[in-house]
Amino acid sequence: MADPRATLDLKRQPGFGPVAWFCLFMLYAPIAVLFVFSFNAGRSVNNWSGFSLDWYVKAFHNEGIQDAAWISLQVAFAATLAATILATAAALATTRTRPWAGQTGAYLVINLPLMVPEIVTAIATLSFFALIASLSGIRFGLGTLIITHTVFCIPFAYLPIRARLEGMDLTLEQAAADLYATPWQAFRRVTLPLLAPGISAGAALAFIVSFDDFTISQFVAGPGQQTLPIYIYGAIRRGVTPEVNAISTILLMISILFVSASFLIGRRRQ
Amino acid sequence: MAESAAVEARSVTKTFGVAPDLVRALDDVSVAIEENEFFTLLGPSGCGKTTLLRLIAGLELPNSGDILLAGRSVVHLPPHERPVNTVFQSYALFPHMSVAQNIAFGLEMRGLARDEIARTVGEMLTLVKMQGLDARRPGQLSGGQQQRVALARALANHPKVLLLDEPLSALDLKLRQGMRGELKSLQRRTGITFVFVTHDQEEALTMSDRIAVMDRGRVQQLGTPLDIYERPVNKFVADFIGDTNFLEATALGEEGGFVRCRCAGGFELLVGGIPPAPGATVTVALRPEKIVLHPGGAHGTVTQAVYVGTDTNYVVQLSVKTDLGVRVQNAVDGRARFAVGEHVGIEVPPGAARLLKD
Repeated sequence: MADPRATLDLKRQPGFGPVAWFCLFMLYAPIAVLFVFSFNAGRSVNNWSGFSLDWYVKAFHNEGIQDAAWISLQVAFAATLAATILATAAALATTRTRPWAGQTGAYLVINLPLMVPEIVTAIATLSFFALIASLSGIRFGLGTLIITHTVFCIPFAYLPIRARLEGMDLTLEQAAADLYATPWQAFRRVTLPLLAPGISAGAALAFIVSFDDFTISQFVAGPGQQTLPIYIYGAIRRGVTPEVNAISTILLMISILFVSASFLIGRRRQ
Repeated sequence: MAESAAVEARSVTKTFGVAPDLVRALDDVSVAIEENEFFTLLGPSGCGKTTLLRLIAGLELPNSGDILLAGRSVVHLPPHERPVNTVFQSYALFPHMSVAQNIAFGLEMRGLARDEIARTVGEMLTLVKMQGLDARRPGQLSGGQQQRVALARALANHPKVLLLDEPLSALDLKLRQGMRGELKSLQRRTGITFVFVTHDQEEALTMSDRIAVMDRGRVQQLGTPLDIYERPVNKFVADFIGDTNFLEATALGEEGGFVRCRCAGGFELLVGGIPPAPGATVTVALRPEKIVLHPGGAHGTVTQAVYVGTDTNYVVQLSVKTDLGVRVQNAVDGRARFAVGEHVGIEVPPGAARLLKD
């Protein structure tokens, strides 16, 4: 007798298993290969000759990597801080105010960087800063990278914060006001603590988006502003060794750490 | 200042939205609520009762009119500067704070001393019988317990006026009935003016000193529970509070302070109310439990009998078009006194029925 649940349950559809396994394989097999060969004793990235941690040791002592990592961290921290503050303000303005003309427009503008092709943003930003430099002679140094990263990090920080705000009971803030809290006290004592998981999740996402960015950074970065992804790209052109695998694995670990943190924090107290 | 009402709304109008979707939530409403009064705003959803409460709390601004607390206009004060506190329908407890922190919140915002806050929190926990649960989070409490914390949090500030927005609606029936008594005795002990919003007529009748029955943004009737139930002024009030028969009748003339009316089925009754011109067609409101049935009469026929425990609800057909609902207490052995198909006579004591405007 046929199970009546079969028609509704996707897992019971014919071919579901093979398709799922194929997708998972295509997603993770390349990463697994990269990961495994970062521990290769030899110089090849496709010919296994024994286990060793040499490439990690080498990567840690490589000054080029150290400098690139330092630049990446500075940019990511500064951009995350700025983007998260701006995104929080934007999320409050688009959820905690009376409906205002242009609210939908504002929402679109905030999220536009998600839809504009990265290469367009990259070239546009490059010419924009070049124009400023030629008109006024002002150069921002590392600030150029930080400002650019802040801009494309804002939507990533904005979305979880907004989702959190929309899920929050508005009467909590009214209750705070009813209990003699000034608008600032109500925000500080009620809204902000309840919003904290959304802000943390948004900040973690912004950090990783900035830290991993290649296309835009490649165009905008000035001399001596090599970020880690740009360094890896350069290293590959000089010849692929398991050292690149080792740095990539470390980058991957940092990404996984932040995305998991973002997910776990976001889920807390839901 | 003794003559000033605790809370007064003067010609308050509040609209939401813009034409053509304009909603007139409150339409020129004036109400004066006395000190130490348990005052209820009663009406169906959308009648404006919650809007009026939120205007008093300062959570909404009126389009026109004035709100006064103890004779002082507060209409331009933000909620945190008004000496009233609210128990919200959803309780609105702060989920990231313990029970004690929730209760202390208002006291901290007013900058009271630490030891005074601790003492008041202790008193409030005792008042609402929540001792020993001060470290719990709201999420770890039952609905009834959350309700008590919400009450304690508001009362901790010793407000002159406590606003309650359908606070019992989220509780199950038994708990709700228990909380009615507790709320009423709390109000008596503390002497605080309660403004209570509900759509539940039984809640309103059992707890209130006075009730304002609201519909479509207006106060339809303001009076004691007895006034409202026994002497409804219009069809809406008579219909909303309790069960009522509405009968078309012909006024025959005055008689001993009452108006004699003749209804369908030919029976006559003496009705209370302002006498209309003789011969006028009027609407008479008649409560089912005030009607006395006699076996073997000729006024009507029993067409339905529904057993409801203590009583039986009968439908008596007076004419082809007119049915009358009658509620009769059952005999001691629990059996219904009349059977379907039985012919009955109808007796209505003088003044038991009321003449209605529209």
